[in-house]
Amino acid sequence: MGMNMETKLRDFHQARWDEPIIYELSREGERGILIPEVDEVMRYPDEGLEEIPQELRREAPPNLPEMGQMRVLRHYLRLSQENLGADLNIDIGQGTCTMKYSPKINDQLAANPKVSELHPFQSQETVQGLLKMMYETEQYLRGISGMDRFSLHPGGGSHAIFTIASIVRAWVDSRGESDKRDEIITTIFSHPSNAAASKLKGFKVITIYPGPDGRPDIEALKAAVSERTAALFITNPEDIGIYNSRIKEFTDIVHSVGGLCSYDQANLNGIMGLTRAREAGFDLCFYNLHKTFSSPHGCGGPGGGVVGVTEELAQFLPVPLVSFDETTGKYFLDYDVPNTIGKVKDFYGVVPVILRAYAWIRSLGEEGLKEAAKVALLNNNYIFKKILDIKGASAPYAEGELRMEQVRYSWEKLYKDTGVTTTDIQNRMFDFGVHYWTSHEPWIVPEPFTIEPTESYSKDELDEFIAILKHVANEAYTNPEIVKTAPHKSVIHHIDHDYLDDPEKWAITWRAYKKKYTGYFEPRKNRDE
Amino acid sequence: MKKIGLIVNPIAGMGGAVGLKGTDGIHTLEKALALGATPRAPQRAREALEALFKCINVDSLFYTCPQDMGENLLKVYTKNYKLAFPKFKGELSSSLDTIEAAKLMKECKVDLILFAGGDGTARDICSAIGLDVPVLGIPSGVKIHSAAFAVTPAKAGELAAKFLSGKVRNLKESEVMDIDEEAYRAGEVKARLFGYLLIPWERNKIQSRKAGTMPSERAIQQAIAEEVVTNMEEGTLYLLGPGTTVKAIGDRLGIEKSLLGVDGVLDGSLIGKDLIEKEILKLVEQHKKVKVIVSPIGGQGYILGRGNLQLSPRVIRRVAKENIIIVSTPQKIASLHGSPLLVDSGDANLDKSMRGVYPVITGYRERMMYRVEA
Repeated sequence: MGMNMETKLRDFHQARWDEPIIYELSREGERGILIPEVDEVMRYPDEGLEEIPQELRREAPPNLPEMGQMRVLRHYLRLSQENLGADLNIDIGQGTCTMKYSPKINDQLAANPKVSELHPFQSQETVQGLLKMMYETEQYLRGISGMDRFSLHPGGGSHAIFTIASIVRAWVDSRGESDKRDEIITTIFSHPSNAAASKLKGFKVITIYPGPDGRPDIEALKAAVSERTAALFITNPEDIGIYNSRIKEFTDIVHSVGGLCSYDQANLNGIMGLTRAREAGFDLCFYNLHKTFSSPHGCGGPGGGVVGVTEELAQFLPVPLVSFDETTGKYFLDYDVPNTIGKVKDFYGVVPVILRAYAWIRSLGEEGLKEAAKVALLNNNYIFKKILDIKGASAPYAEGELRMEQVRYSWEKLYKDTGVTTTDIQNRMFDFGVHYWTSHEPWIVPEPFTIEPTESYSKDELDEFIAILKHVANEAYTNPEIVKTAPHKSVIHHIDHDYLDDPEKWAITWRAYKKKYTGYFEPRKNRDE
Repeated sequence: MKKIGLIVNPIAGMGGAVGLKGTDGIHTLEKALALGATPRAPQRAREALEALFKCINVDSLFYTCPQDMGENLLKVYTKNYKLAFPKFKGELSSSLDTIEAAKLMKECKVDLILFAGGDGTARDICSAIGLDVPVLGIPSGVKIHSAAFAVTPAKAGELAAKFLSGKVRNLKESEVMDIDEEAYRAGEVKARLFGYLLIPWERNKIQSRKAGTMPSERAIQQAIAEEVVTNMEEGTLYLLGPGTTVKAIGDRLGIEKSLLGVDGVLDGSLIGKDLIEKEILKLVEQHKKVKVIVSPIGGQGYILGRGNLQLSPRVIRRVAKENIIIVSTPQKIASLHGSPLLVDSGDANLDKSMRGVYPVITGYRERMMYRVEA
């Protein structure tokens, strides 16, 4: 029996394996592969060893899990079954993340030994194809943004923001204004890393709230700028999905006091090919290749956060760039960047990610990219209208206006009517094999949830997601208990985040876990009671 | 074994339905009864207990008060309870019994006091135990301006159960507001910050790890204090308004800042504590440069006119708006959900002139630009 095609609700149940940590499965002496014995000389080489300082030499072998192949395979398959990955569910609930389809052919290209077996130190002569691919990717990104040069190095969005903040820092210092220009302005609905990276680079942070129309308050910006302003770090459209058509006025205001403007375009999906950072007056921008350009998110990395800058700021980019020498007709790693901020990452960027983005751009072409953005807008406004029809749901700000590629909704009314919160709804969505994300903290929109359908999903799939959302909202009114006690069909009922919030308790390595386990954690058998 | 205190103010909320805006004072109660008011608190407490007993999964012992102050309701659900005291001080229960009960429950080391009432009841409990014991209010009164109450009675029961079973572990200091009922009946709202109670605070059950963990409210207050103190100028008189965020500045300076009052600080030293308007004006006259530090009080976002009436229109006019320093945790600003900060100084013209976008200090080297409206 398949799902009920009328209600579009599945009788879903997630796998629950109660799988131990791999170290708990380890058995001393168990092996995946038995390799042939080696002779004495190989086992105890004399030469070379003395060059390694004594304190760096390992006395005991590393404590790695010891397991047979089949058990390793089962372990990871079980864990994968306990996930709701992008290839498994209608992944439009992770708003702001742009969970579009990553074509499998691009994965195959990236996994091809011609790419995966390359070494970053091999002669540039032997990797002309790869360098050409990187060079051309930069040309495409230049066309899409209007910027003059790109660095492909950063491994993610926050890393890109950090690179940008470093460039702004270098720019301020190079002008001898280190003590004067010490403020960066951002908005509350821009990604919090904009504020965080600015702080990390020694800037003060000024945050702007939206006005009643949902756009950043331009009067607040006017009150915030001064000769102390180093830069504006802003997103548009912001996370709530409303386009700020006065963006050029914002950049003009900041330029009028001598500051730079950085465009957080981690998610470009609503305006890709339709508007450009250059025309909006920006000096810097960045794209997440693992969002807009279809490379998978890679479970927290590696991704790609490519940074574009104007001619004036190219002198600060990380080294090396990939350039083309017209006289020799060769591509090369270009270290001639006079005021470079240095390295932000080892080597040259995450090559498989860049390659997937390259393939994606090449396969779509200019018209295809524009079409992708337009379909993303269309999908979003379709689902926007459907969700507003659900009892208890609303979309704060700019009533009656269409949205861009995503929307931040609110269950405020549903909560007031029923006492059911957005996290309750979130937990109940798991019971139907999908999920959604609430929003960054602090929650300015009450009881928020953020939906971003991208261009990848069909109308049928959007309808299925909406049907689930509508069903759960209806349950909140008719049977709130089932929502409040959810999930009922997921891997685990409740994750205790106290262990993640308390430095005394958290453990990110097995060694730390064992150390704290005896000190702070209750024995496993009691913990599960 | 968890210990829970239950205090029901049986007459809380009676004045509301008959338009009396509260039941503080025995004469009002008589009037309410004469107008045919019926008790509201018992039903609200029942809803909370219903939810509590549905959710609770730990052994528990209750401490409560006789008759309609708790026992009558509780005995329907459990036999595991003791009485804090055998009978009321007077013929009927009164606020003295509430205070006595709270004190005794603290001595019995209860894990949580659940109380049904309004602002007046919160005030009584606050005066008895302050921040010594976690409490949670079941909203039952006419006036609920304090932040110590759950949104609904059922939510109070659920949250109490979660707290007792360890699922909710965070506590936060919440304002106990008090409105002058006499003035309120005359049509004026004059809220005063009475003190603070410690209430359980539920974080989201499943939170995105993407945003990382927010630092504690206390840590943010310390960061704000660091920012303010770093930028304090020599020879400038600072008038520190009420509230925990401003008090943290006093803590950073190492002075005994009054929690609810307006204090004067000059070059890092306390030169006037819990000042009244007249004293403030005198200090202001004596100093050339004066700055006022205020924080929004409660959920409505008032920076003037609620809880700091000592900072009167005359004081504010003398100080001038550019010398008002607003401090707030980002969470408090977020809880306004986009509504502006407000001023209600009692002088409409002054309020109008105060409108505009202000910097609000929200952390160390951090500020927000936020609108102030009258």
